[in-house]
Amino acid sequence: MKSNPVLSKEMRQRFRNIRTPLIISLYLLVIGGLCLGYIYLRWRSTPGYYQPGQSRELFIILSMVQLILLAFVTPGLTSGAISAEREKQTLNVLLVTRLTPLGIVTGKMVSSCAFAVLILLASLPLYNVIILYGGISPGQMLGVFGFYLATLLLFGSLGMACSACFQKTGSSTVAAYALVFVIMVGTFLLAGFIYEVTRVPGPVQAPMPVFSQILQDLNPAMVMLRILGEGAAFGNPRDLGLPYWGTYTAFCLAASALLLWCSANKLRPGRTSKRSWR
Amino acid sequence: MISIQGLTKRFGRTVALDGFSLEVEKGSVFGLIGPNGAGKTTAMSILATLMLPDSGAALVGGRDAVADPAGVRAQIGYMPDFFGVYDGLMVYEYLDFFASAYHLPVAGRDRLIDGLLELVNLEDKKDFFVDLLSRGMKQRLALARCLVHDPGVLILDEPASGLDPRARAEIKEIIRQLGRMGKTVLISSHILPELAELCDQVAIMENGRLVVSGAVEEVTAAGAGSRLINIEVLDRAGDLAAWLAGREGVSLAGSDGRSAKVFLRGGGDGQAALLREIIAAGYAVTQYQEVRRNLEEAFMAVTGEVNGGEK
Repeated sequence: MKSNPVLSKEMRQRFRNIRTPLIISLYLLVIGGLCLGYIYLRWRSTPGYYQPGQSRELFIILSMVQLILLAFVTPGLTSGAISAEREKQTLNVLLVTRLTPLGIVTGKMVSSCAFAVLILLASLPLYNVIILYGGISPGQMLGVFGFYLATLLLFGSLGMACSACFQKTGSSTVAAYALVFVIMVGTFLLAGFIYEVTRVPGPVQAPMPVFSQILQDLNPAMVMLRILGEGAAFGNPRDLGLPYWGTYTAFCLAASALLLWCSANKLRPGRTSKRSWR
Repeated sequence: MISIQGLTKRFGRTVALDGFSLEVEKGSVFGLIGPNGAGKTTAMSILATLMLPDSGAALVGGRDAVADPAGVRAQIGYMPDFFGVYDGLMVYEYLDFFASAYHLPVAGRDRLIDGLLELVNLEDKKDFFVDLLSRGMKQRLALARCLVHDPGVLILDEPASGLDPRARAEIKEIIRQLGRMGKTVLISSHILPELAELCDQVAIMENGRLVVSGAVEEVTAAGAGSRLINIEVLDRAGDLAAWLAGREGVSLAGSDGRSAKVFLRGGGDGQAALLREIIAAGYAVTQYQEVRRNLEEAFMAVTGEVNGGEK
């Protein structure tokens, strides 16, 4: 298989830097401290034993923290990928080589996401603490990591698309975080609003409106909680033909493919920076 | 080798190129001169397949930059006016990256990179980080990068911009050497005397249009006994330039819309005779004046910046 030159270069630049191991070490220190702190507090309240139910709580906390990390780190990693090349005036030099715009975009996307994946993988040993005490099935753990990868793709490609559309990295980063906020919080609020507006008061919980359910199925936090065995936030879920995780995964993959294609298309001649938003 | 035919490019209301045409012969070192905003970078960007023209054609080695960008890219080495730095990459890795970007085989890359570094006098900087090089060294490295895939044509946008005299001399020497190697070099610059030393041919452009083009001696009118005449008329300056182009003893007639500029062989008699003919042909001449001897003065004259504006 022919390697992507941009990917090789970016990996070399990124992982040669001292910042990378420092950030990973710091992150593991914080997450590890969080785990041990939680266990210590539980152990203090009920000295002598540690219940599997508490282990599950810890898993949920850990998973939510990692999701928030993904939401913060991934757009930040990709939102400067193309715009920084423009700012450094190196993009044109890349575009006159035999590299295709799609090759440039995917190379940058994979190298940026590789860092986030490395952080996730580096945190795996922390999950041993949870496995040790039980309360979570290996299937759920695998499901959460699959979910992380899909979410990583979505957030990463959102950042990449903003980076291709905006000329300045500052604007691109703000736009990327705004879009991630819409996905993380906006879908939740809108799903709840639609549900409340259409709900008929009564003792029986009504089925969820289709649009509200789709929004719930696209909200990363709610999808993750359902993978961890928690129920839907609003109403009784409908059968939409696809399981909630299938809807979410399909959305992430399709949106990422579309966003990356659009990013590559934005780099083609005739769509150069003079037409980009500032 | 390079043929630009009637290129037009607009950015909103700004006309960057307005029917710009140019021919560059194979193996020549061609200088493109013009003030800021004249359209040099736009023309070079279109040639380098980085921008689409609104109309007209740009061909390199017979390949159209719009219809066959990959064919053009294979033939050109492009150096923009600013060297962008990749942090944390060594000189060798930088060239190796571009070699892989041009899909050159891994075998033989070491020898290629060593040869290029020797050409640009950076062989002792092979293991230096690119961002730690001086500006002059970066420009030389950028030249080496342009040559990675052994292109026949080099498009160099202001390669000596911002360099100290010594670094400029080094770049100039390398470009001369490239000319000797048979490369076709299209180079834009504001450092006009250096272009005169470096180039076989030059073209002066302003407001997106070609004003004059030809051998350096012709354009400067320093040789062959020719003189550059600036003729201002009340109207029909373009018609006058076309009319003059067919006259005996006249070469490189051009117009910027308000005046016509010609190179005229011969002495004062010929100059006076030409004026009589122009008036007899019905053109309302308001000014008729010989301008400049060297390239810089010719440039200033045709771009209307000398002596408070001759146009």
